[in-house]
Amino acid sequence: MVENEYETHEFDVIVIGAGGAGLRAAIESSAQGARTALICKSLFGKAHTVMAEGGIAAALGNVYPEDNWKVHFRDTMRGGKFLNNWRMAQLHAQEAPTRVLELEEWGALFDRTEDGHILQRDFGGHRYARLAHVGDRTGLEMIRTLQQRAVRQGIDVFMECTIMRLLTDGDRLSGALAYWRESGKFVVFKAKAIVLATGGIGKTYKITSNSWEYTGDGHSLALWAGADLIDMEFVQFHPTGMVWPPSVRGILVTEGVRGDGGTLKNAQGERFMFKYIPELYRAETAETAEEADRWFTDRSAARRTPDLLPRDEVARAINSEVKAGRGSPHGGVFLDIATRRDPEYIKRRLPSMYHQFKELAGVDITQEPMEVGPTCHYAMGGVRVDADTEAATIQGLYAAGEVAGGMHGANRLGGNSLSDLLVFGQRAGLAAARYALGLTGGVRIDAHQVETLAREALEPFERSDGENPYAIHQDLQECMQSLVGIIRIEGELKQAVDKIVALEDRAKKVRVEGHRQYNPGWHLALDLKSLLAVSKCITLAALERKESRGGHTRDDYPKSDPHFAKINVVLRQKKDQLGVAQEPLPEMPEDLRQLLEEKK
Amino acid sequence: MAASEYTMRIWRGDASGGAFCDYRVSVEPGMVVLDAIHRVQATQANDLAVRWNCKAGKCGSCSAEVNGRPRLTCMTRMELFPPGETITVTPMRTFPLIRDLVTDVSFNFGTAKQVPPFQPKPKEPDGTYRMQQEDIDRVQEFHKCIECFLCQNVCHVIRDHPEHKKHFAGPRMFVRYAALEMHPLDTDNRLELLKEKMGLELCNITKCCTEVCPESIHITDNAIIPLKERVVDAYYDPLARVFRKLTGTR
Repeated sequence: MVENEYETHEFDVIVIGAGGAGLRAAIESSAQGARTALICKSLFGKAHTVMAEGGIAAALGNVYPEDNWKVHFRDTMRGGKFLNNWRMAQLHAQEAPTRVLELEEWGALFDRTEDGHILQRDFGGHRYARLAHVGDRTGLEMIRTLQQRAVRQGIDVFMECTIMRLLTDGDRLSGALAYWRESGKFVVFKAKAIVLATGGIGKTYKITSNSWEYTGDGHSLALWAGADLIDMEFVQFHPTGMVWPPSVRGILVTEGVRGDGGTLKNAQGERFMFKYIPELYRAETAETAEEADRWFTDRSAARRTPDLLPRDEVARAINSEVKAGRGSPHGGVFLDIATRRDPEYIKRRLPSMYHQFKELAGVDITQEPMEVGPTCHYAMGGVRVDADTEAATIQGLYAAGEVAGGMHGANRLGGNSLSDLLVFGQRAGLAAARYALGLTGGVRIDAHQVETLAREALEPFERSDGENPYAIHQDLQECMQSLVGIIRIEGELKQAVDKIVALEDRAKKVRVEGHRQYNPGWHLALDLKSLLAVSKCITLAALERKESRGGHTRDDYPKSDPHFAKINVVLRQKKDQLGVAQEPLPEMPEDLRQLLEEKK
Repeated sequence: MAASEYTMRIWRGDASGGAFCDYRVSVEPGMVVLDAIHRVQATQANDLAVRWNCKAGKCGSCSAEVNGRPRLTCMTRMELFPPGETITVTPMRTFPLIRDLVTDVSFNFGTAKQVPPFQPKPKEPDGTYRMQQEDIDRVQEFHKCIECFLCQNVCHVIRDHPEHKKHFAGPRMFVRYAALEMHPLDTDNRLELLKEKMGLELCNITKCCTEVCPESIHITDNAIIPLKERVVDAYYDPLARVFRKLTGTR
């Protein structure tokens, strides 16, 4: 009996990850009456959501009454280069306002309009000012509100507890194996349904805005359990990360800086974004600096500034400027709000940006421009789910938030992530609870499976010599950064595959010092498996998609291809063999298609 | 700019004991204390335990005591210290040690569970709430808290008297109580609880918490003192007492 050997807990639903999506899923699942556990590998309330800055996109219509879900849907699909799962984009646009108002009912305090409603701010790719926000620390407000709600509901929280593998009984999901950081001991969770809400993959890259946690855990757990991943080639490089000093390279500079009037300039002082307006956005984008500036105060006669084009466009433009030798001293470009807004306004709207630059770079953003450049920020790809229930392709498994694929297509709009977490977190929690409550009989843990996994996990301690896990991680980050970055080409992608295979071999011989108690070296040794698995998925998918679209740019296939406009690249692991397939995108109904075509 | 050499003197050990270990690291311009610790971890001591998440001052995980001062290690630049200096890093002292720089902060999650939750008043007829920005400014200051627990760590009431942990919520939770009590939509009253069970009166406003807050929240002036005043008004004001007697309100 596993129970005799390992600490064992039994729940109807376990939620892995306690960021926005995991919290919202657990709240919903517990509200449905399912015994629910929330398991997170950091302390409670430290998940990556806490770092989200700019806001939550929701067509509340508080600033522009003409805004509604249809416009939000259209903006999202255009931003995603029409590769989004249309049904997810629809549900997201329709339900985001309810989810935002619900946060307010649970105690969140968003910035206000003059007449006391929730204020909304401009962001890239959104036609109207749409982002509910709290200065530039919206994620913190959201995670605290949800955290306190979860505590109120008495949800069992297992913190600093890392899930290593999902367990199966035949073809049915039966739980998960985890380990406690504090003691290093293993713990078994028996569960009827599992919601993955583990976030993204940023730690596979060297320059990233992502936190320690973003090692692709949920992506790998799903893949190893036999579920499909889609769209893994689409990695978002946020255009504005800090570039100097080197130790802070990659830390995010919110798009809110541009939403609140900041502009991008090259070393010659030129507002270069006017040179990079793509055809899709030409009709609605300002052609001159004068028109762009006027747009901030008068929407009727001016078109929006190209500084607020979607992130993929802006990141590529910055990349081109730097390559052409027009970059800033440390290899970025300038982001200027100092000459455009008064210091009081800047400090009130962007307090943590002010603080971050002052403390970490010695730059006063009310007086001088920031230096910024692209940073790995978000995985559009992830677990393939059913749009309405977030059910993965194996029974009992659900995924919500960044770990799920489809919602954002080839490129995510800023602000659509926090709303995604809420909308699909709630739906996943609901569906998982209903599924679990509807199942009869208990689940059975396969003791042999647990034994094998536990033994494997301890192997790094037993080797008398072997490699340092940090060295392997660093080499992987170099490989992904230089060969599978913003601009890709077949030769380099193939080189990356070879390197990843070599790194997999090295990772099998990794050695860890010391004992099991709170050992970061051991933790990284375990993380390497998922880091390598997602890196391989990204690279193979990037090889498969022979076109450029959104967050995936191929130097050898610089144009979008109508064939790939109808295709999801799917990754599936069967008997240790990782397969890549092209499968058709779900067909959009005619009435929604017309929303995309309406000019306005 | 060239790299400079520093000695990182880091506490290594667990609940059963430990010792300082010295590590020489080269430090490039702009590096923070957490970077130096990571460099030690990656190259000299793979099992050096340190808690961290965002390395951007937003999550409040990497709290420790640097040369005796409680700080976020991710927001403490190495340039603060002269090159060649020995920098001593120890875990937060108020919480039980798990290993190296990692402490057991579950006390804070325990006190958080005792906070009576937000209880909103009914919505406007259109299903939303109206609030003016000036009415929420002060509560938004409290919501900036990143739960680094440095204020809890530095508070004498529990740092020097661990026995108080049983009946003292601590500055972090007083900020939380203040946020609820001053929330324009909240209808609950937590003053009696603060007075009787949460040890608000134990705070003797030395402002140590305010001094270490990386978010510059005016913990003492804007949260604790106003709460103390409310308790005084409610329980010690003789006029209010008579009024309560007459009207039968609490």
